[in-house]
Formats: sequence, C-alpha cells, structure tokens
Amino acid sequence: MEFISQPWAWYVAGPMIAIVLLLLNYFGRGFGVSSNLETFCTIGGAGKVSDYFKKDWKTQTWSLLFVVGIIAGGYISSHYLMSGDPIALNPETVSELAELGFANAGQSYVPSEIFATENILSLKGFAILIGAGFMVGFGARYAGGCTSGHAITGLSSLQLPSLLAVIGFFAGGLLMTWYIIPIIF
Amino acid sequence: MKNIKFLVIGVLFGIILSKSEVVSWYRIYEMFKFQSFHMFGIIGSAVVVSMAFMQLFKSGSIKNFKGENIITKEKKKGLIRTLVGGTIFGLGWALAGACPGPMFVLIGHGITAILIVLLGATLGAFIYGLLSKKLPH
Repeated sequence: MEFISQPWAWYVAGPMIAIVLLLLNYFGRGFGVSSNLETFCTIGGAGKVSDYFKKDWKTQTWSLLFVVGIIAGGYISSHYLMSGDPIALNPETVSELAELGFANAGQSYVPSEIFATENILSLKGFAILIGAGFMVGFGARYAGGCTSGHAITGLSSLQLPSLLAVIGFFAGGLLMTWYIIPIIF
Repeated sequence: MKNIKFLVIGVLFGIILSKSEVVSWYRIYEMFKFQSFHMFGIIGSAVVVSMAFMQLFKSGSIKNFKGENIITKEKKKGLIRTLVGGTIFGLGWALAGACPGPMFVLIGHGITAILIVLLGATLGAFIYGLLSKKLPH
C-alpha cells in the first residue's frame, strides 16, 4: 500500500506510460490526446463552418472513452490514492516562485494564483486560463500532435517531424517560463 | 461496448499522470527551469521503453489483438508546421502547466478553472481548423 500512496518515481512512471502506448497499439489504436479537441469541435457542429471538421466523430468514440477514462483516473487518484504530502520540488524552484508571488509552491498540485476558481471572474485570470489553453490547442493541432503523439510516439518511432515539434515545445516552454511568466506575474 | 477497454486504459493513464505529479503545474515549471530531473526522466524513459516496443512492432514480435502487424502512423511533415506549431504549444504548455492529457486529469481532480483552459484549447483547435488551408505548413 505504501507504493500506492507515495508519489511514483520517474523510472516507474515513464515505463508505465510506454505500457499505455503498448496497450493502445495492441488494441489497434495510436497514442494521442489532442485530436480529441478536434472531435469536440465536430460534435459541437464545427462542420457547418469548415469542411476541416466534417468528419464522422463516431469513429473517434474509442478516443473519447480514453479521455473519459483519464478524467476518471484523475478522480480516483485525487480521492483515494494521494498521500497529501507536498510535492518534493527543488527548494530553489520554491523560493524563485515565492519571489514571483507564488506562495506555498508544491503544497498542492496547481497554484491557486492561476487556478483558484474566482480567477475565472477576473479579466486577467480568465485571459491567462483561456489564452494558455488556446495556445495548447492551436499549437498542438498546427504541429500535428502534443506530448503523447509527438514527444512519446513520434520520438520513439524516430520521426523527424516529431523531433522538430519537440524542439518547438521546448523553445516555447523556455520562452514562457524564463521571460514571459516573470512579466505576467 | 468493445471500446470499454479504452476507458480502462484511460483510467490507468490518468492514475500514472497523477501519481507521478506530471499533472502538477509546478513540475512543468521546474522542468523548464532545469531544476529537476523528474520530468526529463519520465519523458526520457517513456521514449526509451517505447522505442523498444516500436522495434518489436516493426519486427513483428508484437502483433495487435487481431494478429496483424502494428504500423505506426507517419506524422505530417513540414518545417513550419512543426516548429511554429510546436513553439505555440510550448508557450501554452508552460503557462497552463498542463498539456492535453493532464488537462483532463485535472478535471478529475476537481480543478474547476481547468475547464476554461480546456475551452481555450478546443477554441484553439477550432481556429486552427478554420485557418488550416491558409496557414503555411
């Protein structure tokens, strides 16, 4: 039971993610999450506005169920499988974040400075949430995949487009973390 | 309900992402600050083990449940698509502290505000779809 309640080390989690990839492939599907965003658009009627979304979303039922499972997995973890201990962040990260105005880094999974529910009601808070999401969704579909599709599937199958996409992921991530977050907060 | 197995695999994936703290905004920040090996270890070992699986798919040692060879889809090529799209994705990933998988996990954690992030992501996918023919790839 100790193993269940403690955070999992990288060498446990990484190979287990590979097993998720193995299982999906065994059952005839590929590993990827961001294509569901397009399926949401199709279900929402986006096919009326653009042919891009004129697809039969029912062929994606398996992937939608995968996503429902991910939500359920999050629910199960947060209710039954968490120790409640703070995240063992590098103390340097914690003090840097404190300087930026992020108090108690690591005491919860996400900072209340960004994810407190009342932030939805402030202009800046809402803009950060929706803007961050927009870049993830737009960028993932433009690039043709996200972390699962490009970084894990694409890199492991030695595909050049995925290497380029991952270089982009890191270029954007570094730019945001080092230069833009200190301006925003 | 032959698709129910994908729900089960999703549950497993959601638990892995939670238990390894991949869904934590702080872990993503720490990664981009190079202040911890944790995330690099997870992504790196996932890639290395997947690489071994890919070789076994290629050699035909592992077949799918129908007994057919497993073929990995080729990613769309394009220097602009991957680099520019990837960079935009990275900007969002670092700010939201979550890529698409973890967004869904955080719904399960009861983080209401992540719904706005997910709404933004869906909107982003929608706008990409509208512009896809006009954008350089």
